[in-house]
Amino acid sequence: MSDAPKRPRPQPTPETKFFWEGCARGELLLQKDNATGKCYFPPRPFVPGTGSTDISVVKASGKGRLYSYVINHRPPPGFTAPYAIAVVELDEGVRMMTNIVDCPQTPEALVLDMPVEVTFEKIDDEISLPLFRPAKG
Amino acid sequence: MLKPREIAVVGAAETTSLGKIPGMSNIQLHADCALNAIRDAGLKVSDIDGIACAGESPTNVAHYLGIVPKYVDGTGVGGCSFMIHVRHAAAAISAGLCKTVLITHGESGNSRIGLNRPAPNPQALAGQFEAPYGPFGPPTMFTIPVLRYLKTYGLTEEHLAMVAVIQREWSSQNTRAAMRDLTTVEGVLGSRMIAYPFRLLMCCLVTDGGGALILTSADRAKDFPNKPVYILGTGESVETPMISQMRDFTSSAAFKVAGPTAMNAAGIKHSDVDHLMIYDAFAHLPLYGLEDLGFCKPGEAAHFIWERNTAPGSKLPLNTNGGGLSYTHTGMYGMFALQESVRQMRGTADAQIKGAKVSVCHGVGGMFAASGTIVFGNE
Repeated sequence: MSDAPKRPRPQPTPETKFFWEGCARGELLLQKDNATGKCYFPPRPFVPGTGSTDISVVKASGKGRLYSYVINHRPPPGFTAPYAIAVVELDEGVRMMTNIVDCPQTPEALVLDMPVEVTFEKIDDEISLPLFRPAKG
Repeated sequence: MLKPREIAVVGAAETTSLGKIPGMSNIQLHADCALNAIRDAGLKVSDIDGIACAGESPTNVAHYLGIVPKYVDGTGVGGCSFMIHVRHAAAAISAGLCKTVLITHGESGNSRIGLNRPAPNPQALAGQFEAPYGPFGPPTMFTIPVLRYLKTYGLTEEHLAMVAVIQREWSSQNTRAAMRDLTTVEGVLGSRMIAYPFRLLMCCLVTDGGGALILTSADRAKDFPNKPVYILGTGESVETPMISQMRDFTSSAAFKVAGPTAMNAAGIKHSDVDHLMIYDAFAHLPLYGLEDLGFCKPGEAAHFIWERNTAPGSKLPLNTNGGGLSYTHTGMYGMFALQESVRQMRGTADAQIKGAKVSVCHGVGGMFAASGTIVFGNE
């Protein structure tokens, strides 16, 4: 075991457990409001704004676009600068924070609205983090 | 409904010094400015019957000062908590819950002596869905929406830099400002990269300091030594604890509730505003504030500032103390914006706007998480 600092590790709660279980299987799961067909994020067992519990869990396409980001030059433990802290907008309409991998961490390479796709980084048996990379083809 | 001019600020003071204060802990900074404000109002500690604060619990501040109050408010939603304290205090005094409310801010943001900073919680939504991706403090989070904002409106880093340039023109007139040397767009863009596209001079200072306000009913205010500064209108809101979940990356939903609520309550138009403070932890905040409060149309605020419409000598003087970028920024800057509005309304500011009668003071909390707005008047 290395003692090198690592990324902060998320701790699932009863409401988010399904999401992290999905990630561990390589699936990006979202919740959908059955009344409107719209997805929402982060997870909770009801629709924000209405409180409806008429929801379903759906597997996201894993595709989206780079919505915004910063490139951090002052890294916390567990990170090597410079690296982008990004927000992607999934095709399903929700946005999530992530890192962009397989891509130089430069303004020239990180072009807003470029297509991205999900990839998972295994942290341990319970947690795999959804990251994104430039979409292939 | 609270009416305009029902409540007034009768005491206002900052800590005895600002910047680096290694001789005071966090709680003593609260007490230092509190005692200064009580002296400013010509009151005794025992006259205070309401306590509001953030960064320390009201229990800590009341105990430290030796007060057992009838009213407490520990609203802690970041740097605009103090605007919200003013709003709640005004309502409480109007409702007869108490008579004289002390609002304090103190933060050992630089020296970090006795500073209360909660540890990140890996089970919170932000702990699960943001922290793993390496955000490291406000410079890497508050700034995340900005590339989207710039792209949406066809703006550049130069526009962000100009916000900092103009505020140095203001801070150069303030004897207590930390950074008083004039700078240029090139100077700002040449400063050290913190989190692209943000350079050092587009980010706030990190200082020690504090400030306190004392509010009472307007009918008592004429008995105090200073010119009363009246509360004309107030507003507050919250949006999200996660910057990635901001509804619109070009606009703050909380700003759009707090700002118009305050201005409508005051019964003022934009053209009535003589002086404006918009909490500037980073250079983009005045842009969002000018647009969300309706002083500019969406996408026009950067041009408005570039064309010197908020600079010294303009019709809409903005952040006349130099702001969080150049005056001081302890971590929760909102109290310093309020202090500058009160000074402008009293006629005692270093960069005094002659004849100013209405000041709008707009705050942000967290990373676009919360908002509070106060409209002050002196007539």
